Amino acid sequence: MFLARLTKRVGIAATTLFGVGVIVFVLLRVAPGDPIAMMIAPGATPADIAALRAHYGLDESIPVQFALWLKGILAGDFGTSISIRRDVLDLLAERLPATLELATAALLVAILIGGGVAIVGTMLRRTRGESVVDAANGLLLAIPDFVWALALVLVLGVFYPVLPLSGRVNPQSADDFATRFYLVESIVTLRFDKFLEVASHLVMPTLALALPLAAVITRVLKQALAETMVQDYVLLARLKGMSELRLILQEALRNAVGPTLALTGVQFTFLIGGTVIVERIFSYPGVGNMAIDAVINRDLPLIQGLVLAFGLMFIVINILVDLAVVALNPRLRHG
Amino acid sequence: MSLLSIRNLSAVSDRDGGTPILRGVSLDLAPGEVIGLVGESGAGKSTISKAVLGMLPRTVRITKGSAIFSGRDLLSLSSRELRKITGSEITLIPQDPMTALNPGRRIESQLTDGLRLKRGMSSTDARRRGLELLEEVHIRDPERVMRAYPHELSGGMRQRVLIAAAFAMDPKLVVADEPTTALDVTVQKQILRLIRAMQAKHGTSVIFVTHDLGVVAQICDRVTLLYGGMVVEAGATAEIMERPRHPYMQALLAAGPRYDRPDRALAPVPESIFAGLREELASFDREEVRHG
Ligand SMILES: Nc1ncnc2c1ncn2[C@@H]1O[C@H](COP(=O)(O)OP(=O)(O)OP(=O)(O)O)[C@@H](O)[C@H]1O
Ligand SMILES: [Mg+2]
Repeated sequence: MFLARLTKRVGIAATTLFGVGVIVFVLLRVAPGDPIAMMIAPGATPADIAALRAHYGLDESIPVQFALWLKGILAGDFGTSISIRRDVLDLLAERLPATLELATAALLVAILIGGGVAIVGTMLRRTRGESVVDAANGLLLAIPDFVWALALVLVLGVFYPVLPLSGRVNPQSADDFATRFYLVESIVTLRFDKFLEVASHLVMPTLALALPLAAVITRVLKQALAETMVQDYVLLARLKGMSELRLILQEALRNAVGPTLALTGVQFTFLIGGTVIVERIFSYPGVGNMAIDAVINRDLPLIQGLVLAFGLMFIVINILVDLAVVALNPRLRHG
Repeated sequence: MSLLSIRNLSAVSDRDGGTPILRGVSLDLAPGEVIGLVGESGAGKSTISKAVLGMLPRTVRITKGSAIFSGRDLLSLSSRELRKITGSEITLIPQDPMTALNPGRRIESQLTDGLRLKRGMSSTDARRRGLELLEEVHIRDPERVMRAYPHELSGGMRQRVLIAAAFAMDPKLVVADEPTTALDVTVQKQILRLIRAMQAKHGTSVIFVTHDLGVVAQICDRVTLLYGGMVVEAGATAEIMERPRHPYMQALLAAGPRYDRPDRALAPVPESIFAGLREELASFDREEVRHG
């Protein structure tokens, strides 16, 4: 059951990725903007330009270009970046861990804050406190990630400069890590000083991405909890003498969390989209930041590689959410 | 010496602008006795049950009266003191077994919640006791049922589990609010017999809410008939079945077991009787106003 579901999802995922690949590939080539024009030195002859075009395979027809690209990918070759002149796969491997750590940290923080506020709000049902929570949350729902980013920069970077403003680590420590997963590595190797360094760089971009998602989680989860807390089995459990907190955590949460999970999956894809602007604001060396440069430079191979990387992330997230929903619901779990 | 003594209990609905829901209800319940609460929909049966369990909705307000249980007035206890009694000395068999079990938790943990939380039993002891209880309510293969989730059990099985949970605490009083209406007719009979057997075995008193006078005749020692939140007739079941005093009770008995369904009743209750009942309610309300 579990496995069948997974296989099916992976099949769908592969198809989706292929579709995304086709669309992006074609769009990039029919849209205005010429990557070669961006890189030629002044005074290059038309022959030089034609040679460059041929070098990057841009002189072929679109279907032929696509076939060549696909063939390369299947062999593990994503092409060469036109603007950076490096292997696309290498660039992705270098940048993706940074974005994965940021996005995952943001997701966890969003779940903690959003879930925590939803539970507190539920404990405060029918009191003044609940109205305060609802009003504050309504406000937070209206603030997008980049506004958070700018506000955080102003407050924690400029007025009270307690946190580093840019990058993943201090410039001199980039060579202290064996992998690109700085945060994970610092935890696994128990290097506490490095962990603090990485974490302090993560705080602001993480919060900027997490707070809008937290507000959505609070809204949806609190609503679902309110509906669940009046179910017969919760009333019966209250009669058995369970505390309100225990009622929420043990009786209600598991049954209320379904819609929140599903929505978090969707919202998390927005969060990953948000990394583009937030990474830019904090000069955070992830794929989002690189995507902006790639687009500015019309770096077709790199954009294509990035889109596939983003697409893959979306798909993996949605598969994980799907599996989590099944895992939490005994009715689905047992078929 | 009665276990529960409700005196002059009146309640109003704050939802419907203070309309009376209960009008001076009194009833007594001796240890080990089963009392039936009957009456048409809206008569106030569930309100009485909920008042005893401390589960009244916020929109229902008690205006008068007391409910003395083992020497303590349930209506004036703090919610903390009440929580010590409910779920342990007073428990509930709910109406709908399909919604009264948490779909996300195994039967074992739900059945033994009370034992662990209120009796402080270890999980091992609670589990052993749970298995005994499931056997007591005639569940075959209790081991499997303990591991099961609610959706794997039939309605009848679930209601047995809930009955086991209600009696697990050896309560003095069990409130059963229409415990069989959600079940198949064939299962209803078994569940009724089971409640009666468990009650006799544990010496428990039961408040049994039902629409069905046939059920009352079958399992209740005494019966209280309500209309508009007022007690219309009360007494020993056998006596009332033979010599009903109030015309409403007489009409209900004449209507047959499905008195609550005018379309299927043998002889529907005549409108003149309802007119008389409404006059009784009105005169009760006038008295209330006069005496404050
Ligand atoms: N939450 C509530 N707030 C205010 N009034 C309520 C509430 N629930 C029920 N009532 C009112 O209380 C009265 C008695 O309802 P109750 O549920 O006790 O009747 P019942 O005899 O149990 O009926 P049924 O056979 O339909 O279960 C009804 O008039 C109803 O409108
Ligand atoms: Mg009722």
